[in-house]
Amino acid sequence: MDTHAATSSGPKQADQIPADLLANIDEAVTHYPVSKRSASLPLLHLWQNHFGFIDASGVNWIASRLDLEPINILELVTFYPWFRQEAPGKTIIRVCRTLSCALAGSYDVREKFCKAAGIDPSVSGHHHGPPVSPDGKYSVEFVECLASCGSAPVVLVNNDLHEDVTEADIPNILNQYAS
Amino acid sequence: MKSLLLPPHPKERRVVFQNAWTQGYTPDIDCYVKHGGYAELKKALGMKPEEIIDEVKKSNLRGRGGAGFPCGVKWGFIRHDDGKPHYITCNGDESEPGTFKDRYILHNDPHQLIEGMAIAAYALNVHLAYIYIRCEFPKAAGIVAKAIEEAVAKGFLGKNIMGSGFDIEMYVHQGAGAYICGEETSLIESLEGKRPYPRIKPPYFPAVLGLYMSPTIVNNVETFCHVKQIFKIGSDEYAKMGTPGDGGTRVMCVSGDVVRPGPYEIPAGGVTLGELINDVCGGMKPGRKLKAIIPGGSSSKILRAGETFKMKVKGPDGEMVDKEVPLLDLVMDAANLAAAGTMIGSGGVIVMDDSRDMLWALNNLNQFYAHESCGQCTPCREGVLWIEKMTTRMVNGEGILQDPAILKNVADNIAGRTVCAFGEAASWPVQSFLEKFPEEFAVKSH
Ligand SMILES: Cc1cc2nc3c(=O)[nH]c(=O)nc-3n(C[C@H](O)[C@H](O)[C@H](O)COP(=O)(O)O)c2cc1C
Ligand code: SF4
Ligand code: FES
Repeated sequence: MDTHAATSSGPKQADQIPADLLANIDEAVTHYPVSKRSASLPLLHLWQNHFGFIDASGVNWIASRLDLEPINILELVTFYPWFRQEAPGKTIIRVCRTLSCALAGSYDVREKFCKAAGIDPSVSGHHHGPPVSPDGKYSVEFVECLASCGSAPVVLVNNDLHEDVTEADIPNILNQYAS
Repeated sequence: MKSLLLPPHPKERRVVFQNAWTQGYTPDIDCYVKHGGYAELKKALGMKPEEIIDEVKKSNLRGRGGAGFPCGVKWGFIRHDDGKPHYITCNGDESEPGTFKDRYILHNDPHQLIEGMAIAAYALNVHLAYIYIRCEFPKAAGIVAKAIEEAVAKGFLGKNIMGSGFDIEMYVHQGAGAYICGEETSLIESLEGKRPYPRIKPPYFPAVLGLYMSPTIVNNVETFCHVKQIFKIGSDEYAKMGTPGDGGTRVMCVSGDVVRPGPYEIPAGGVTLGELINDVCGGMKPGRKLKAIIPGGSSSKILRAGETFKMKVKGPDGEMVDKEVPLLDLVMDAANLAAAGTMIGSGGVIVMDDSRDMLWALNNLNQFYAHESCGQCTPCREGVLWIEKMTTRMVNGEGILQDPAILKNVADNIAGRTVCAFGEAASWPVQSFLEKFPEEFAVKSH
């Protein structure tokens, strides 16, 4: 598996910005009348939501859009766990790792998700970018408390929170996002 | 959330949660207005800003984000006519492990929050406000942004709100997966588009040098919702629901090994820890006994089943007398939990039963703090990593005799020596687990 391939090959993201992304970026900047720099995070989110990750051209483009140096954007991409410089799976599975979910079996849940998606569960991905399944369909990672500890264990799949997840639910959840 | 679909437990009093689970209640503005929404904003716009702040002071509302600072006192730091721009930011980062209340408000009742913030904006002479929402709540961000649009369309936000001549601009700002952004000065740096390294206090108290170096009030989501309710109920009535110095209700989020985990809104001081676990949450899982409770989010100090606390309580004739209070008789409010050496914090109660290994549990938390330290100050950046490495080693059966003492020493050298309170948040679990469960750590060190 070479997740770096996506960043080093293929066309630059900055050469393929669609009109609606541009419009959303312009709109987001208006939310910060005091300082354009405040729009850094929103622009990174818009960019990543569209392209799946942020390549070097994206860092440069966002920096110049906000009259910043590229390092001002790159240091955000490298600090915040949410941002990626590599392509994730098409469906992103984030299993909560923290105490209440761990008490309710989240370590098993992550392992079963990995196995069902064809990912080696010994690659944790917690600190180093998530492992992606060989077919590119899924990435599975641990994240910290998702603020739903009362219905542990919980799993965020793309934008959907699944609560009280049991092993038996896993095939169904994966199927839901298969297409 | 199952518990919320049940009718309120007799010990509960749903104030900020009153509508969110009513059958047919939806997060749109028409539904909110039908339930009396924005009437309190209208009331507030007819008052003088100082009067509003006085009402909040009289309510004895304490912040619900974790530190428990009296809300009205914090607002009182803002000088209305200092000629500077002022800002408010709502803390919707909700990432203290064990805490899960703000997510329900953001998803189900966003206008309650917006109304509370609009009242605050008017009282504090603020024209620009941000709601910082962790990005792991993508749906909430959309719901709140839509609610803001609706409020602008109806004239509750925007220019000349409700014909008052007062303008409020409000926006959602999404975080990017870092726990530290819940710390208020980190949140501000994040909102400024920088790496979210907390600022040192003094001088950077947000009320003095906050967003864009201007006076800024940061309050938690639940706190702003209580503000709206204070103007509905009246500050005296509101204060009376709680205890002196800790007014109103508080959402207690119970998770872990109980029969009915969930968020429960309870008057401050309205239950003992025993009532919360055994009555409200249905007790421990069948066949299990209580072993330990983390009472106020993962950063609060752990309590051990069977322990007692020496504290002063009000005797029959009103005089304060010394008494030995058993764990399950601890009254759940800010003062009593502080007297027991821990804190009510963000209201996140994590309950563990006799099947749980305390070294394993502490190691889980250590992994959290090791992952989340922002890395700005040496004792925290280095210390939390060493702590995590040591407990991982112990869990793997490779502990050495000196490990508990070294662990304590490292934790003692973080707390009090860092830029922000994350240092304490990461050290208190280590210190308190070691103190309360020494035998479990001794067994793993040889
Ligand atoms: C490490 C750390 C994390 C915090 N996380 C949160 C959080 O997720 N949500 C929150 O409201 N407050 C959090 N706080 C507390 C805030 O710094 C601040 O006290 C609070 O938002 C103020 O609002 P309140 O007065 O309404 O409680 C955190 C504090 C620290 C030190
Ligand atoms: S205490 Fe830790 S989290 Fe807080 S500023 Fe220092 S390194 Fe960062
Ligand atoms: S511990 Fe998993 S949601 Fe809080």
